[in-house]
Amino acid sequence: MAGSTLWFSLLLAAATAGPATALWPWPQYIQTSDQRYAVLPKNFDFRYHAGSAAKPGCSVLDQAFQRYRHLLFHSASDSPTGRTEKQYAAEKNTLTIFVATPGCHQLPSLESVENYTLTINDEQCFLLSETVWGALRGLETFSQLIWRSADGTFFINKTDIVDFPRFPHRGLLLDTSRHYLPLSSILDTLDVMAYNKFNVFHWHLVDDPSFPYDSVTFPELARKGSYNPVTHIYTVQDVKEVVEYARLRGIRVVPEFDTPGHTLSWGLGVPGLLTPCYSGSKPSGTFGPVNPILNSTYEFMTTFFLEISSVFPDFYLHLGGDEVDFSCWKSNPDVQAFMKKKGFGEDFKQLESLYIQMLLNIVSAYGKGYVVWQEVFDNKVKVQPDTIIHVWREEAPVNYLKELELITQAGFRALLSAPWYLNRITYGPDWKEFYMVEPLAFDGSPEQKALVIGGEACMWGEYVDSTNLVPRLWPRAGAVAERLWSNSRVTDLEFALTRLTNFRCELLRRGVQAQPLNVGYCEQEFEQA
Amino acid sequence: MQQCPPSPRRLRTLCRLMLPGLLVLLPALAAARAPESLALWPLPLSVEVSPRQLLLAPNNFFISHGPNSTAGPSCAILQEAFRRYYEFIFGFNKQHYGPTRTPTGTELQQLLVTVVLDSECDAFPGISSDESYSLLVKEPVAMLKANRVWGALRGLETFSQLIYQDSYGTFTISESTIIDSPRFPHRGILIDTSRHYLPVKVILETLDAMSFNKFNVLHWHVVDDPSFPYQSIVFPELSNKGSYSLSHVYTPNDVRKVIEYARLRGIRVLPEFDSPGHTLSWGKGQNDLLTPCYSAEQPSGDFGPINPTVNTTYSFLYKFFQEISKVFPDQFIHLGGDEVEFHCWASNPKIQNFMKQKGFGTDYKKLQSFYIQKLMDIIAAVNKKSIVWQEVFDGSAKLQPGTVVEVWKAEKYPEELTKVTEGGYPVILAAPWYLDLISYGQDWKRYYQVEPLNFYGSQEQKKLVIGGEACLWGEYVDATNLTPRLWPRASAVGERLWSHGDVRGLEDAYNRLMRHRCRMVRRGIAAQPLFTGYCNYEESI
Repeated sequence: MAGSTLWFSLLLAAATAGPATALWPWPQYIQTSDQRYAVLPKNFDFRYHAGSAAKPGCSVLDQAFQRYRHLLFHSASDSPTGRTEKQYAAEKNTLTIFVATPGCHQLPSLESVENYTLTINDEQCFLLSETVWGALRGLETFSQLIWRSADGTFFINKTDIVDFPRFPHRGLLLDTSRHYLPLSSILDTLDVMAYNKFNVFHWHLVDDPSFPYDSVTFPELARKGSYNPVTHIYTVQDVKEVVEYARLRGIRVVPEFDTPGHTLSWGLGVPGLLTPCYSGSKPSGTFGPVNPILNSTYEFMTTFFLEISSVFPDFYLHLGGDEVDFSCWKSNPDVQAFMKKKGFGEDFKQLESLYIQMLLNIVSAYGKGYVVWQEVFDNKVKVQPDTIIHVWREEAPVNYLKELELITQAGFRALLSAPWYLNRITYGPDWKEFYMVEPLAFDGSPEQKALVIGGEACMWGEYVDSTNLVPRLWPRAGAVAERLWSNSRVTDLEFALTRLTNFRCELLRRGVQAQPLNVGYCEQEFEQA
Repeated sequence: MQQCPPSPRRLRTLCRLMLPGLLVLLPALAAARAPESLALWPLPLSVEVSPRQLLLAPNNFFISHGPNSTAGPSCAILQEAFRRYYEFIFGFNKQHYGPTRTPTGTELQQLLVTVVLDSECDAFPGISSDESYSLLVKEPVAMLKANRVWGALRGLETFSQLIYQDSYGTFTISESTIIDSPRFPHRGILIDTSRHYLPVKVILETLDAMSFNKFNVLHWHVVDDPSFPYQSIVFPELSNKGSYSLSHVYTPNDVRKVIEYARLRGIRVLPEFDSPGHTLSWGKGQNDLLTPCYSAEQPSGDFGPINPTVNTTYSFLYKFFQEISKVFPDQFIHLGGDEVEFHCWASNPKIQNFMKQKGFGTDYKKLQSFYIQKLMDIIAAVNKKSIVWQEVFDGSAKLQPGTVVEVWKAEKYPEELTKVTEGGYPVILAAPWYLDLISYGQDWKRYYQVEPLNFYGSQEQKKLVIGGEACLWGEYVDATNLTPRLWPRASAVGERLWSHGDVRGLEDAYNRLMRHRCRMVRRGIAAQPLFTGYCNYEESI
């Protein structure tokens, strides 16, 4: 437990010394000292080490250098002139980056290695990482280490950091069906995700209220199913922009096309896809989940997911599968007849199971992996062993920790979201509750715990659109980000509050409309130019 | 549905509605047929809408003074308002419309605004300002009549809400007659600039949104424990030492700007300088003002409420409020008086002595009353009236007649209303409208369903309720989240305080408020959504 004593001493140091108190999420190992080096914006440079596998021309890092130069020094021009010419005995004007393995043009994946080490001392100012993704994380940490003195001079302290994520899947869900989010909101969110070391954008694209995804194969889906077929859609080009913007920040884009429930908006553009509900012996005119008894349904899904599989490059698709309402299926005589023929009796879970299995077969034929909401597991749908089960229910049928236990016991990988529904707001500092969640606090073997690959903060869209998304998301989602990145022992709330308060001010400085955690102020407030 | 859908095909006869008690309800119809049409908020007292529709061409429509108006082009309030509302009505689209003429007989070409009595153009609005107006929309010229400019401002807002763009983008208005006046004269929004500093820009934007909702009082809780951003002319050290930083202050110029911006929108600025509690930040720039707390017969280094036992306190307060009374033109000053902690007073031997000398025993409420009465005398001496939080009344300080009591404690507030009005004091209700206390879902419905006069008391007592305030305290609110947290939730309070008490239908309110919110978004106010859905002009945010 040498690590533990080291960490505690550092905790104390960081809580008292100014500089490192804006670090978020907290690195796995860090040692800082009061010895500081001046950083002169004019002379500062990011440089690839001669032996680095990533070299000039590496899009991911070239662009990251530009971004971080801007983030760090864009306000440098307002520093008092004359001061900048001052010579400091110790200056650090180059961060040298060494990436061990090539891969600048690939996409990040669940398996991507994000480790890095950052060394700032008399001899070096050095960032070492296995991959470009690790280098991105290290650059963010580096940017958080630089601070500005009262006279406007930038400094960085002597620091040693060895860092890596606790969980490989650290996600944020946005819901663009209940309210449309302009592309700029999504891109801005990806920026702030990168500041928080999130690495998965779970894009809940479509749902009952609207279908904003402009499918190339089925243009009627968005034409009929979106709120507005011109202004409230995402074209394939938009998706490409999101995917590339995310890639440059080491973020995966996992799209969700939730079926068979939550699909009302699909029905407008694809007649016959949804189950007609009956009232007595007549169709009532309303529709239920996707109709699982027709071949045409599966033909549609085969074609549709062929498109999705190529438009979204991530290995994983989220297939939803939550909250399937059986009442409409029950009301429909054709569905009833099908149930009888299949010998399902009154057990509509078996019908759901049949649908999901057909769908999973379609998607796996395209070489994709998939994530499903927990009901698929709860309803005992037979799924392939590599399926990822996403836990979202807090208490029913069982507490979410118990659910994790059951899922991992069955040998499946699990993702946790249940305690992190950020759309559910309450008065006061609710980030503390998100922060104090311990995802592995369930009974299970080390092998079981290893099956929890991470979690996601969810911002469902009933009451959220571009008017309130940003302040509702940040810095609350930051609590989840640290829980998923940092060591499980990093749980001190006071220490977290100090850093998160400073980090929130840093977000404001970077132009992010992050709301306050408590009474107080930032040097630079939002809307105060 | 108190208004008719402006669909000419649907209703041939004049749809005559409104007047409380005679409501004809046409739910679903208006909402289903006219998603972008009429969405009056708050609902006027009386609305008659004819099926006859008129078109407006941006290049052939203008707002001007009626020939018999007592206000003319020298009336800045109206000149500025004409320009503002032209912008709100035609917005960003006006450049797309050429000089194409519409067929005569279906076009509205002008809105004439007539102020009947002395216009009050150069005055400040006050508690008794007349905000009533009538609006007659008829081809080719619509007439807006009001006794004072304040009513004209409210009528302009209503007129702008009558105009909508049909699916071809044409600006359309139905012939209609509206008679309107507010139910309560005091309709306020409280902002707190001490717990978090709010940039002036944010305050001005709030004033805009307030005018869209016919609010007429900005209750400016300027200072409190955490910071003292008000830059005093006489006591500059108060903000030099007590503000968060030297950039987190309101200069005299900032304050003037806020007051004038508010005046142009018919909004009063009611400053609150809360004492004797909630004053920690005052102590930094004004030595010996606060009570030194004692611990084991030694000063502990901490400070409590204002020290009510020394003369220097009152000479300071006199000079300070003399300044405040000049800087803020409103007739009222809010003196706070809430949540006074007695333990620091009780710990201090000099205060104990004073208590003994005065014969207060250990009843610190008496000391609090002593302080408040001296303070209210000062306020009277500078020719202002006082508003206080309910504790001052509860603490049985002898209030001067006419002192307004603001009720803020949620628990049993109807009983409190009964007591205060029994005492004969005017009252402002804030208790059920603490908008900073957020929860998940459509909490606006709770604010909407409050009935301020639903307490035990005589007709005379009910008349003492002069209005209410939606409060957005600043613990968790600053410029990053103020606007979406305030709007459209405060709009629910806005209608409750303006519209007739019978206007309570939630479904109708939802349909109108949803569209009113989209209108605010279109005007650049980042009002958050009520529920799943969309607006046509979301891009402006």
